[in-house]
Amino acid sequence: MSLPSDLMYTESHEWVRLNDDGSVTVGITDYAQAQLGDLVFVESPEVDADVDAGDAVAVVESVKAASDIYAPLAGRISESNGALADAPELVNTSPYEDGWLFTMAPNDTSDVEELLSAESYEAFIAGDEEDED
Amino acid sequence: MTKQTPLNAAHRALNARMVDFAGWDMPVQYTSLIEEHLAVRRDCGMFDVSHMLAVDISGEQACDYLRVLLANDVARLKAPGKALYSCMLNDKGGVIDDLIVYFVEAQRYRVVVNAGTRDKDLAWMESQGSDFAVTITPRPELAIIAVQGPGARDKAHALLPAELAAAAEALPRFACAEAGDWFVGRTGYTGEDGYEVMLPGAQAAAFWQALLDAGVTPAGLGARDTLRLEAGMNLYGNDMDETITPLAAGLDWTVSLKDESRRFTGRAALEAIIDAGGPDEILVGLVLKDRGVLRAHMPVEAGGEVVGETTSGTFSPTLNRAIAFARIRRGSEGGLSVSVRGKSLPVKQVTPPFVKNGAATFLLR
Repeated sequence: MSLPSDLMYTESHEWVRLNDDGSVTVGITDYAQAQLGDLVFVESPEVDADVDAGDAVAVVESVKAASDIYAPLAGRISESNGALADAPELVNTSPYEDGWLFTMAPNDTSDVEELLSAESYEAFIAGDEEDED
Repeated sequence: MTKQTPLNAAHRALNARMVDFAGWDMPVQYTSLIEEHLAVRRDCGMFDVSHMLAVDISGEQACDYLRVLLANDVARLKAPGKALYSCMLNDKGGVIDDLIVYFVEAQRYRVVVNAGTRDKDLAWMESQGSDFAVTITPRPELAIIAVQGPGARDKAHALLPAELAAAAEALPRFACAEAGDWFVGRTGYTGEDGYEVMLPGAQAAAFWQALLDAGVTPAGLGARDTLRLEAGMNLYGNDMDETITPLAAGLDWTVSLKDESRRFTGRAALEAIIDAGGPDEILVGLVLKDRGVLRAHMPVEAGGEVVGETTSGTFSPTLNRAIAFARIRRGSEGGLSVSVRGKSLPVKQVTPPFVKNGAATFLLR
């Protein structure tokens, strides 16, 4: 597994990209999409909603199960990925690019630095897999 | 410690995702649930269902015994080589399990029961058998592989033992044949044509590998669940249990009341319900009109009032739409919606199956 090193991560398996304009793009990791299996529906977050870090803001559903997606940071939701309505499978096929879930304007961009680095997230999921066995 | 079927190593070699299902370490998915599902609908897939239990019932009174044990009437099987689907009921008419019974030969039947209920089923069958001249023999040493799909039989014939292949090829639907410890039923749980093959556990891995080499797609319990729901087939524990009668589970067609002298277990309770005007609740099929996914245990509403709940729900890979079974108050049909995370989403009520011959059985609008 190769984790993009320019992204930050959460223990709930979201990835976060800090964009040049200070906004962040959020999606779920390749590990998370593989665990969920074929995605068939994405309930997008409400645009313009003010959210706290850890709020459940969206839902992704595979054939087998529904999973909440949590806001990685406090801020305002600015955009959701409209392409996922017709093609939720983009989250499976392109989790870090075309399968992004939403963008948000963080209250404080420095909060991004508090998230997990690629290295820390990799160590975290290695522990996750050990728990499973 | 979870139990393993004789194919456990084969599943792991295929890198299957394994889950604990009723105490068994079983494959839920190999590559993609949707691909596995569509392989069965379009060509051919195979399932390890060795966690289910075959039980042989033999003896002079085998038929008499089964006519009391089961709500469907095995006397409808006029000649050996035929199969019947039935519920096994308790005294209150609740479903202890649903099963397939095969009439193998004179005075010998085989039933196949669910993995999650096998111990209680056996205990019940034994307790009900004490007044009959029957021998009840569980066959846990047999593996069961279901080969399902429009291309299933063609691929399987050449791989069966020579003495069984011709008999299998000649089998009508819902019929069975046997050769030694190998047994083939033209039955299944997907709505497709195909076989359920029972064979000695020690030979299961070789047969599985031969099917793989012939191009049969291994399919997990995930696809098995979506296939059976599309095909309108109930799942024990979800759609019915010991507190639910077949009348409230869409299974009235499996209850045979024709022979009034046949006093099967649960009959009096069912007759009391029918005499009182029918069951309070019925099982219906639902199709979600908009995007989303239906799951079990979602509230079903009519006119702003909760009238029942979904018992099974999924996203149908064939229809690209969510489908469900729901148990609702009788008389509340029409204008139904399902509450999904607090939002009322309109559904169309349909008569299962949802999918037949690979296509929808209904028009949505």
